[in-house]
Amino acid sequence: MTKEQADNGRDDMVIDGPGQANAVPDEFNANYLRIYYGKLFPHADMFKWMSYGNDGKHPGCDKSYFGRREFSFTLENDIYIRFQSFNSVTELENSIKEKCPFKIDIGPVYSVDPAKRHAYAQSGDNVFTPVERELVFDIDISDYDDVRYCCTGADVCLECWPLMTIAIKVIDTSLRDDFGFNHILWVYSGRRGVHCWVCDGKARRLTNEQRAAIADYFYVYKGNENSHKKISLPGLVLYPFLARSYTEVLKGFFEAKLLPNQNLLASEERYEKILEMIPDASVASELRRRWQENKRASMSKDDINIVRWEQLKSILQSGKQKMQGLRRCVEEIVFSYTYPRLDMEVSKHMNHLLKAPFCVHPKTGRVCVPIDPNNCDEFDPTTVPTLSQLLEELNRGGPRQDAENEWDRTSLGESVTFFRTSFLQPLLKSCKEEIENSYNAKLQQSKNALSWSHVSLKVLLNRTETDLSISSTHSSETLYEVVLMYTY
Amino acid sequence: MEVVQSHRKSSSNNVIVSILPLYRSAPPLEVRLEDFEFFAIDRLRVLKGISDGLCRGKKPEEMEKLVLDLWKANMRHPQAVEEVNKDIISHFVLRLVYCRTEELRKWFLSMETTLFRHRFRRGSSEAQRALMSEFKLPYKAVSNAEFESLKDKLGQVARSMGQTLAAADAIFYKVPFEEVPDLVAGRRVFIHKGHAYVAINQVVSLVVTQFRSYLSKALILTNRKWTSTIREQEKDRLTPIVEALCTSYLGPDYSQQQEFGEISIKDIDQVAKTSFPLCMRHLFEKVKEDHHLKHGGRMQLGLFLKGVGLKLDDALAFWKAEFAPKVSAERFDKEYAYNIRHNYGREGKRTDYTPYSCQKIISVTPGIGDHHGCPYRHFSEENLRAALVRMGVSSRAVEDVMDKVHNRHYQLACTLTFEAVHGSSCDAGINHPNQYFIDSQRVLQSKNGSVA
Repeated sequence: MTKEQADNGRDDMVIDGPGQANAVPDEFNANYLRIYYGKLFPHADMFKWMSYGNDGKHPGCDKSYFGRREFSFTLENDIYIRFQSFNSVTELENSIKEKCPFKIDIGPVYSVDPAKRHAYAQSGDNVFTPVERELVFDIDISDYDDVRYCCTGADVCLECWPLMTIAIKVIDTSLRDDFGFNHILWVYSGRRGVHCWVCDGKARRLTNEQRAAIADYFYVYKGNENSHKKISLPGLVLYPFLARSYTEVLKGFFEAKLLPNQNLLASEERYEKILEMIPDASVASELRRRWQENKRASMSKDDINIVRWEQLKSILQSGKQKMQGLRRCVEEIVFSYTYPRLDMEVSKHMNHLLKAPFCVHPKTGRVCVPIDPNNCDEFDPTTVPTLSQLLEELNRGGPRQDAENEWDRTSLGESVTFFRTSFLQPLLKSCKEEIENSYNAKLQQSKNALSWSHVSLKVLLNRTETDLSISSTHSSETLYEVVLMYTY
Repeated sequence: MEVVQSHRKSSSNNVIVSILPLYRSAPPLEVRLEDFEFFAIDRLRVLKGISDGLCRGKKPEEMEKLVLDLWKANMRHPQAVEEVNKDIISHFVLRLVYCRTEELRKWFLSMETTLFRHRFRRGSSEAQRALMSEFKLPYKAVSNAEFESLKDKLGQVARSMGQTLAAADAIFYKVPFEEVPDLVAGRRVFIHKGHAYVAINQVVSLVVTQFRSYLSKALILTNRKWTSTIREQEKDRLTPIVEALCTSYLGPDYSQQQEFGEISIKDIDQVAKTSFPLCMRHLFEKVKEDHHLKHGGRMQLGLFLKGVGLKLDDALAFWKAEFAPKVSAERFDKEYAYNIRHNYGREGKRTDYTPYSCQKIISVTPGIGDHHGCPYRHFSEENLRAALVRMGVSSRAVEDVMDKVHNRHYQLACTLTFEAVHGSSCDAGINHPNQYFIDSQRVLQSKNGSVA
């Protein structure tokens, strides 16, 4: 037994043999978590991120900024505490280590320190209200249960995970190319989905209305159990973002991967779902007839799904089809199976809390690690480091000379490095520039303001003179002048 | 904002750009006292016409035509300068009139915004651009070079909406996407690197939003000034005009009994069943049930009955009889008779009060124990459905009526009820309970050859 394990005081650890001296049973508990928060969780990096450059070094920094951010902790036994705030990295770190939360959520930056919220009104001038918040997205694979047959609910495997991969590609490309955002962090949610944090200043300052607009821009899939046709793409051509997503990501993925891997056309039950989406009953019956006939015959060595898909496409896309609804039918089918299904509510409101990266998921023990959108094809959710695995790796390493950067000796190292180099550093650089520019602009403005005040005084004097002249001739001035005096 | 045209020939004929005022400032003018009221009433006709059109659910193209027709009918003047003056003066006077309550402000804001929207749309592009720069919208016109490089994408966006891009005349403006959330949400603009490329016709909605926002704030300021200074100061001159304008209903006022002459007290029960609109049926049923009605209900029903043709003596007898179980004859004479006579113009100022229009009835909010107001607005869904069924409305029609109610088209709901009960259409729509009564009697008479 290592010292670590002895300290944990656990009696029921299974030690299999000499080679297993460092083995840590695969589970999730407060003790493991305590070590994780003690040695591995990147407190300082999280602090730097959440400070967005307001570290006090530049006169333009807002020293209150970090302290106005809400965190919430879910403790063991599902105790949930909101409106936690901290004024320094030390306070943050100590609180996490002490409370050992099973989950940490990040909320918005408020107008004042959340701890003081009760002193402020609900409305009017002096309010407690969110002022900044990253633009966030949450995609959950259980929302795709109707199009994956390998798993359901919370399970995920390498057959269906690629649905998340293509969601990342579609959304990430659009956020950058269409919306012009640059500082985007994708994070594995620990079990069955991904989160996206858009951290540009412009994004953090979006109003709820603007967030809703962006979410609606991405909203294409309108399904629930009651509708057959969940995607409708009217219009003569596809909107550029949709067309690009189709040709660059969705079509290829659907035809090469999803269709054969999930056997979407191989059995009657499955192909009926697709036939239901064809608005022209005669086309659907024609295909149905062909596929029922060819149930056992194998026409070629090619995958039956692919063969049938080609048949479907050739009928629907042939020049003969004049019916309105058929124009985009093939694309609609592909979209309904593959287009990202976002949780709209998460993105629309500034005060929505979202799980912090580098948390550990209690049900899987996996760490919520960042995902590189440029290499998301390589991401494998089944090999994401788990809590026990990391502790094992810690044990394996030799004597600990360097208390810092323990993560470097573990599988977590790769993730933290990626977080720093690809996301945090460019973000902080941009924040610093923003702070400097804004500061300089304010200086310039206050110089201008002095001269402005002279002008306005003059105007004011002129006004008053006019007012006086009106009132002194009250009886003869026209009603119209009176109306003007009061209405503009 | 500099406007750079893309390879267009400049329009060199000096077309008089029709001026669409923003009502932010006004030149000093001389106005006669009567013109004050006349101008305001003319504008009010336009706004009420718009209100009517919106209530009827007219489509945007129909509304545009309606707005322009209304303007032509009421506000046109051969000399452009005079027209502009009338435009401006009438707007400011109505601002005073409609600033005084939240409900009035909302109505005025909505109508003026609709009016502005359609007038802006029909303006020339020079006029439109001039207005945009007045609003200081942060729009940069897209340069030739950029337009050429984006033409394909812009065309794609247009075709995705079922439109075409008339390339030769296309003028686009570049604006941060945050400024046009509605267009982004609907994927109706091309966006690239955070910029949205907005077509000129889409600019309309943006300009209108600015106009609305400005007017909304101005109305609140005006209200403050009204309550704090003007009302008292202008007690003798401006205030009476303003207060009268607000309640003016511009259709027939049903104060003279017309086609059907008198209705006597024995006819009321019968006509109530066949020809009263729901609001009056309800009040009538309640007074029979409770042997009482509170003031609001007495006014609404009482004036309606007057408009229907009930003479004063019959009215007195009616109310006295209905109240008899609860109110002694003596007490009735002391407490209620006076008000009834007042309504008929036999007391006090001798003003012959006019029956309430739908607009007025819809705008009141009944309190506890009240039964007046518009039932389409205030009844719970359950109660409304039950009431409609009792009137003999088929279940299919009830659904249609409820649909209108959910969309807050109360007068349309009443119109549909009329049509369902009488089996004939009512193209004009219901604007006044007495109109409902008269139309109903007309339909029944043509069916039976006699007044029901």
